[in-house]
This record gives sequence, C-alpha cells and structure tokens, in this order.
Amino acid sequence: MPMDLSVRAVSKRFGAFTAVDNVSFDVEQGKFFSILGPSGCGKTTLLRMIAGFCELSSGSITIRGQEMAGVEANKRPVKLVFQHLALFPMMDVKENIAFGLRRRRERGSAVRKKVEDMLERVGLPGFGDKRISQLSGGQMQRVAIARCLVLEPVVLLLDEPLGALDLKLREHMKVELKKLQNEVGTTFVYITHDQSEAMVMSDYVVVMNQGHFEQIDTPQNLYMNPATSFVAQFVGETNKFTGRLDGDTAGRFFIGLEGGIQLLVPNPSNVQVGEEIELFVRPEAISLTSKSASPGDAANILPVVVRAVLFDGGNSRVLCGIEGASKELVVRLPQNRPNDIKAGDRLFVAWDPIRSVCFQGAGVTPYAGL
Amino acid sequence: MPDSRTRKLGWGFVLFFAPVFVWLFLLFVLPHLDLLRLSFVGTDYYGKSGLTLDNYTAFFVEPAYWMTLLRTAVYSLIVTAIILVLALPMAFYITKVVGLRVRGLLTLMIVVPFWVSLLVRVYGWMIILRESGIINRVLVGLGIWQTPLEMLYTDASLMIGLIHTNLLFMLVPIMGVMDSLDNALIEAGSNLGASKFMIWWKIILPHCMTGIMSGSIIVFMLVAGSYIAPALMGGKNSLWFTQQIYNQFIIAFNWNQGAAFGFLLLVTSSLIVWVALRVTGQKLGEVVQ
Repeated sequence: MPMDLSVRAVSKRFGAFTAVDNVSFDVEQGKFFSILGPSGCGKTTLLRMIAGFCELSSGSITIRGQEMAGVEANKRPVKLVFQHLALFPMMDVKENIAFGLRRRRERGSAVRKKVEDMLERVGLPGFGDKRISQLSGGQMQRVAIARCLVLEPVVLLLDEPLGALDLKLREHMKVELKKLQNEVGTTFVYITHDQSEAMVMSDYVVVMNQGHFEQIDTPQNLYMNPATSFVAQFVGETNKFTGRLDGDTAGRFFIGLEGGIQLLVPNPSNVQVGEEIELFVRPEAISLTSKSASPGDAANILPVVVRAVLFDGGNSRVLCGIEGASKELVVRLPQNRPNDIKAGDRLFVAWDPIRSVCFQGAGVTPYAGL
Repeated sequence: MPDSRTRKLGWGFVLFFAPVFVWLFLLFVLPHLDLLRLSFVGTDYYGKSGLTLDNYTAFFVEPAYWMTLLRTAVYSLIVTAIILVLALPMAFYITKVVGLRVRGLLTLMIVVPFWVSLLVRVYGWMIILRESGIINRVLVGLGIWQTPLEMLYTDASLMIGLIHTNLLFMLVPIMGVMDSLDNALIEAGSNLGASKFMIWWKIILPHCMTGIMSGSIIVFMLVAGSYIAPALMGGKNSLWFTQQIYNQFIIAFNWNQGAAFGFLLLVTSSLIVWVALRVTGQKLGEVVQ
C-alpha cells in the first residue's frame, strides 16, 4: 500500500518548550488514522505543521511522496476541518463549498455540479442557498467536511470537529463520518482527546503524550495490549494498583497491598523483582462472585464491600472498597443476568492475572491535575 | 406584568434622556433651523428683506463657489480612500500579526498624538515641511538640495495634514471589526487554496465592511468639514469649502449666504454618504453600530 502521509522525526520547539518531540508515522492510503491525546499534548501543533500553518523545527513531512518543506499552506494537497469549523459567514453554503474550486479557477456549471453532488453526498441536498447562520451544528459540520472533500484532497485533516456537538449528535456523527470515509476512500487524519471517537472510527490510533508518541496500533490492540502505563490509563477505564514486585519459589509473582493483601501479577517480562510496579485491570476483566478465596487459587479473589452502583445502562459499573484496605475498585456490572447488587453488600471480586497488565512505576497519570 | 414594566422603562428613559434631548434641541436643532431660515432670506436693493432663493442661485452662478465645493468633495473622497488604504494593513498588523504587548504599544502610539490639540499637530507638520523647516535644513545642510524648497501650501501638504489628523477615526472602527475576525477563517481560506490577495478580497474585506463604512463616513465628514488643516497647510490654490463659509460669515458678514453654503455642504456630503452606502449595499443602521 502506498503511503499518503509520511511524517519523519518531526519536532517543534517554542523557545525552551518542546511541543512535538521527534515523532514519526506513516498513514496508508484510504485509512482512518487518529491522533489521540490529552489537551496540550502537541497534537494540534502536529496537525498545523502538516497543514503548513506552522514551521517544523526539524524532520520532514511528505504527502504522497512529495516533500512538503517550502510548500505554502495554500498549495498543499491536504484540507483541514477546523475545530470550530471556520465556515465563511459572509457566504452561503454553496459559495463556501465552491470557494476552493474557484481558487483553482474552475468555473460555471462544473462547479455547480460538483457542489450539488457534494451536498447530496453529505446529506444536505438543496441546502446550497442557505446562510451559514441558518444551519444547525450538525449541518455546519457536514458543510465544513463537504467544503474540503469537494477538492479531493490526498489527506483530510480533522481537528476535533465533533467537540462542539452535543452527545447524541456526536454519537451519530461518529458513525456518519466513518461511513463517509468508507465511501469516499480519502485518507483521514483525525485529532481528538476523546478516546471513544478515536476507537470507534479509526483503523489506527496513535496515543500522544507530552509531545511524543506512546503507541501506534489498532484500537483493539491499544485497549487489550497497551504498551505503556500512560496508554493503559488513557485508553478506556482501568483499575490501578501500585506496589513492589515480589516472587515466590513456585514461580508466582505478586505485589503486596496494605493489610497483607497480595495480588498475583502476570508473568512479568518488562519488570524486575524488587521494582515498584503499576498493575492495571479493566473493569470488565473482574467478576463479582459470592465464592471466597481458597489457598492455591490461580486467580485474584478479594473480599469487597459495594460502595455504590453506578448505573449507566449497558455500561453500568459497581464501585467496591476492598475490605481491610483503602483501595477502591470499579467493576463492570454483569449484564447477562438480573442481579440485586446494592450498596453495602459484601461480595468477592475475582480476576485472572493474565487479564491484567503491569509496567514499571512511572508515576504518570493522565489529567493528574484535575 | 409586562404593562407596568414597559411603563417603568418609559419613565426611566424619559428621565435619563430628557437632558440629552434638551441639549440636542437647544444647541443643535434650533440653531440649524434658524440657519436654514436665514439661508432663504435675502435683502434686496432697497434694503428690504424677504424670502428668496438668491443665496442658492449665487452658488450655482459663480464658478468660484461651486468649483470649491466640487474640489472639496473630490479631495475629501481621495483623502478618505488614501486613509482607508493606509488603515487596513495597519489595523491588520496591530490586531492579527503582533503580540498583545506590542499591540498595546502600537495602539498607544496611534492614540497619543490625538491627546494634543489639532492645531498643535498641524503646526507640527508646518515645522517639518516649511521652507525653513526640518526637512529643508537637513537636505540643504547635507548638500542634497542646493536651495530650500517650499513644501507647504500645496495640495500635497494639505493632504498630508488631513490624512494624519484623521487616520485614527478610520483605524479605530476597522480595528474593532478586524479583531472580531476569527483567525481560523484566514487559515481556512489559505487551506482551501486562496492566495493572500484572495483572502483579503473574499474574507477580510467582506468581514470588515461595516467598520470600513463607518470609518469612511466619519473620516469623510470630518475631512469635508475640516477648517484648520486646509487653512494653515493648503495654499491659496487649494481653497476648502469651509473657508468659503467662513469668508461669508466672518469677512463678508453675509450670514444668509454663509448659511446657504453651510447647507449646501451638508446636503452634498450627506448625498455622497448615501450613494456610498447604496453602492456597497450597507445599511446605515448596521454601519453606525
């Protein structure tokens, strides 16, 4: 597969601050590629460098084999859907969409036809004569995308375009956007801090943190096999334990919590006995049971008190406190059978150590300041 | 209770704006009405005064009068256009290019000269431009010019004075609207393939149109009605229509003729503003906001 976008060892420094730190990635033709990271991680700077609004400090960007250094922003084969859309309020819908075509000196009925086809494609037939101020949020979204796609760019960049929409519409647009991308086959590079947007739509996701890439992978792999402690915490919900790694003669590894509780750890390859480690368990990997632990169990089984049931339809969870420790756990509420779990219940939680991951203690927490 | 609410608002409105209305009526409407009456009054050969159109026909019959008004109108339009061309890039640079601190400094540098009286600013220009002024001293001193050159009392010096003394009134409204232009619109234009010129033409200018029109109206009215700069910096060949009005009132002591000239200037400039608004498709209500 040919590469539509190739970013090689790109860095961007503002004075002493490094916004983007030596990142490299390739996007295959026709793929939906997302850059996921917390606000301030440098993802918008990276996007602006690709679009040509911002000079590179070092590295190179090539689009379909063409080196972009020295190519002005208005000559690049990438189009950008802005975070706040940046539709031209002084023009109506069809003029907005025709803007780029006219700059290419296309004239007359060809332009009109392309604009109408594009409006049809994004589901807004007959909207050409409306003013921008007459459109709803979702309609503006479509016009912004149509305005870019009508130019048939090699790469379409999207800068958190769904951020301003309300939840229901956002869920809807996620699916629409994915469908649209499948239809037109254009390479999409999508920037977001919302991991659900990235996971739902993307073929590949890169997790970005403080200017560098933590992991580039498929959404499934990011979730199942995070490469770093940051990815494990940032992508999806998880429970985190910290402790010193210990091992016994039977070849089992564990960490000790307060109150003498020991947690079995999957066979660690990336950490050494005696190191501070972080252990992550997804809420859905943990099951609630009434069966207590017996010696020699291969699973982690802990007595807990239910603190609260966090009802959220199919995504309901149970907040549990481990008995004899201050640590709290979030456990997915079983969906396949009725239950009468309520606050104050005394139960056991159990999980297979294989379904947890551990990393050397890095002490990083996304949104630690919040 | 919407009724009592509107009534309360009505009372408040009357109470607070009564002084304004009285002020406007006594000092603006009344004198103008009287001037309007005066402009239609004439004294005949026998010293008997009565209603007449003579003051207005005199204007059209005597070329020195209507030529001066035409000149004033055309030059005011030219000065307004030059100020606009200067103000647009200045406003763009101040609002979009430089950082906040430089922006404050530049804005201050533009406003500070206006703390000084108009007369002083015009005298400042005279010190720079006149025969024994700074430019002549330096150039003759350096041997670049053999003899000093009189640069004052020409159309060019008159324009320099008018441009400098009125630039602020164009800059402020344009900076206001340009500030409200989202930078992303400019970037979007560039991203969609527009050249710098097309971004100005298709995005920046249409966005700034209300500011451009209000600035232009203010500047045009001020320039057409200015007296000090034309009187001090313009030559005998660059007579301004305000000087004609002054001559009638103060020198000829012909208040009737002066009043007629005053109204002719008012009508002409209002007409030009109206045409400009029609041509650019703007509404006065939007522009003055």
